Amino acid sequence: MSKSSSNAIEGFEPKIVAFLCNWCSYAAADSAGVARIPSPPNVLPVRVMCSARVSAELILKAFMSGADGVIVLGCHIGDCHYDSGNHRTVKRIPLLRNLLIYMGVEPDRLRLRWVSAAESPQFAQVTTEFVKDVRPLGPLSAPLRMEGGAP
Amino acid sequence: MVTLTIDGQEIQAEEGQTVLEVARQAGIKIPALCHHPLLEPFGACRLCVVEVIRRGRSRLETSCTHPAWDGLEIKTNSPPVREARKTILGLLLSRCPNVPVIQDLAREYGVMEPPFPTDKPDEKCILCGLCVRTCHELVKADVLNFSQAGVERRVGPPFLEKTRQCIGCGACTIVCPTGAIEIVLEKDAVYQEKPLGPTSAIWVPSLTAVPRVPVIDTDACIRFRQNDRTNGEIADACGVCEMVCEAGAINFEQQDEVLELDVGAIIVATGFEMWDPHQLSQYSYGKSPNIITGLEFERLSNAGGVTGGEILTADGRKPERVAIIHCVGSRDHNAHPYCSRICCMYSLKQAHLVRDKTGAEVYEFYMDMRAFGKAYEEFYERVQKEGVTFVRGRGAEVEVLEPQNGQKYGQLRVKGEDANLGRMVQADVDMVVLSTAIEAPHDASQVASLFGLSRSEDGFFAEAHPKMRPVETNTDGVFLAGTAQGPRDVPDTVAHAGAAASMALALLDKGEVTISPTVSYVLTRYCTGCGKCVVVCPYKAISLGEDGKASVNAALCKGCGSCAAACPSDAITPLHFTDDQLVGQIMGVFYEQIVV
Repeated sequence: MSKSSSNAIEGFEPKIVAFLCNWCSYAAADSAGVARIPSPPNVLPVRVMCSARVSAELILKAFMSGADGVIVLGCHIGDCHYDSGNHRTVKRIPLLRNLLIYMGVEPDRLRLRWVSAAESPQFAQVTTEFVKDVRPLGPLSAPLRMEGGAP
Repeated sequence: MVTLTIDGQEIQAEEGQTVLEVARQAGIKIPALCHHPLLEPFGACRLCVVEVIRRGRSRLETSCTHPAWDGLEIKTNSPPVREARKTILGLLLSRCPNVPVIQDLAREYGVMEPPFPTDKPDEKCILCGLCVRTCHELVKADVLNFSQAGVERRVGPPFLEKTRQCIGCGACTIVCPTGAIEIVLEKDAVYQEKPLGPTSAIWVPSLTAVPRVPVIDTDACIRFRQNDRTNGEIADACGVCEMVCEAGAINFEQQDEVLELDVGAIIVATGFEMWDPHQLSQYSYGKSPNIITGLEFERLSNAGGVTGGEILTADGRKPERVAIIHCVGSRDHNAHPYCSRICCMYSLKQAHLVRDKTGAEVYEFYMDMRAFGKAYEEFYERVQKEGVTFVRGRGAEVEVLEPQNGQKYGQLRVKGEDANLGRMVQADVDMVVLSTAIEAPHDASQVASLFGLSRSEDGFFAEAHPKMRPVETNTDGVFLAGTAQGPRDVPDTVAHAGAAASMALALLDKGEVTISPTVSYVLTRYCTGCGKCVVVCPYKAISLGEDGKASVNAALCKGCGSCAAACPSDAITPLHFTDDQLVGQIMGVFYEQIVV
């Protein structure tokens, strides 16, 4: 990771895919927009019904397609609209972070956070922080892209 | 039935009644201090003495213990009776020279001064035993009894020491005719005699309660407390309400019932809770009984309340100066940042009530006056014209001063800044009303998880959309009404509840439920029947069929997509959120990069 940060390109802006669950974080992103709370433009939202829908495959697909970071946002534990969907997410993401190391991807490029529908300022804060943390890592290295990125 | 003659009047009486009961029923006045209709007669005070003439022989007897026999002739006010009562009152007055009840009675019988001197002029107990009998017969606690003999005879708990047998019900203080018994609370407890102090354990919740029937507070009721304390050994304590209820309506056996209903729609109207002003110590809530919340003021000024609607301070005086502090706990980053909306208007109403009922000076400490509703601004102007002093600036501190010249409770000093004058102000008042915030109930999170609701930042339940769907929630068929969704006043609550009711009716009237098209479906060709989707589905919408393949019940599926993420062979996927569609979205945003 330190290697990546030394390679950080001047003026580099990472591209981030954000998986937002429909009931909490998507609503938070929506109301952040309505409230005109600035959030980073690098974050490209993908709406899913529940954070549990975000399979490892989708996250890897995002990395392969050109994402420099992936952030999954869900409801707080206990607040899941589907009762226990985020319980699966909270198990899945750390596991995937471990696997990313074997693929030569810094695990810090994947992050899981809880943002409830009421927390629009937190949405802006969480995404801004993530962009700030991914920026020093630089662009995701090419090999992964070559393998499966192109259609 | 028996017939007896009282003061020349022939009266029919029931067998087993006493002469006193019969006479009082007939409206004949006989003084008595030790008598209580619910207790066994005792004959201690001797004041109810009457002349009983039987078979031509006349005797002086206490009417409270004498049975009403057939053919008795009773004289309740003859010269020998008056003479006997005069002697008795003389003795009572000598024992207790400073008890108003005895002074009044003695004067009535011509005893102006105590005939004998006493070395204990503060003595109040006349040893009538009402408290002893109440404690034994009704409360069944047997705490109080007589001890010693002769001039040393006295009433008290064993060895006159504190006892754990006493449940502090206060029945003895109520029956005591001379006010000789007081309940003393442990030190530092703020005890309110008035206006919001102890009331009966059975009461009608409000004058406008529907149905208008009393309820029993089982935490305060002597019968329930004795039953709980002794694990059912003393299960028949007190029951005074049962004895006096002529309709026989008292039922101690009633239990809470849990009903299970199948319904098509649910309206969540769980309301709010008052914020506890103990949390901000600068308001000194709890340090003086004259610092009350807006809700307590409502109880005080309610005609069904303990003072019958009179606005009184804790020691029963009319207040001369009253301060009302707005925004206590609202618009405050140490408590709730939101505006509770209702306080401005109820504070204005309370200021109006204080002016109207007591004529006291009223100081309103406010930050902004939010008279937002129809005719509210006009009411604000009216209250201004009624002479209420408005101080712009939230009251910063309430200080409880030392009691002066015989006062029971000290005055209260309210300090604050008048932002319009730009200087500090203070007012010494008799009563402070804190317009406390309203907040979501403490168990709102449990209700939220029960119905799958989300809560907004302020803790109230979140509506589906703040502008377009203000009564719906994200759970189908569950609607919000009133303050469960956020602070609002009565007209707004009525409107909101009406909207929720019509949304629910619209749903029920349709007779069928429209489900979201986002449901999962199975590509049976790829399904290996591993059953992972069955395990992860939170709605039990997926089952394995006889062919070993998964199938989805579309009516149960909510489309969360947990199954799609769990499926190892991509055989199950929610419509509109298929892998292809999501990957397509991702590819779409990186289109340029991928083409290059």
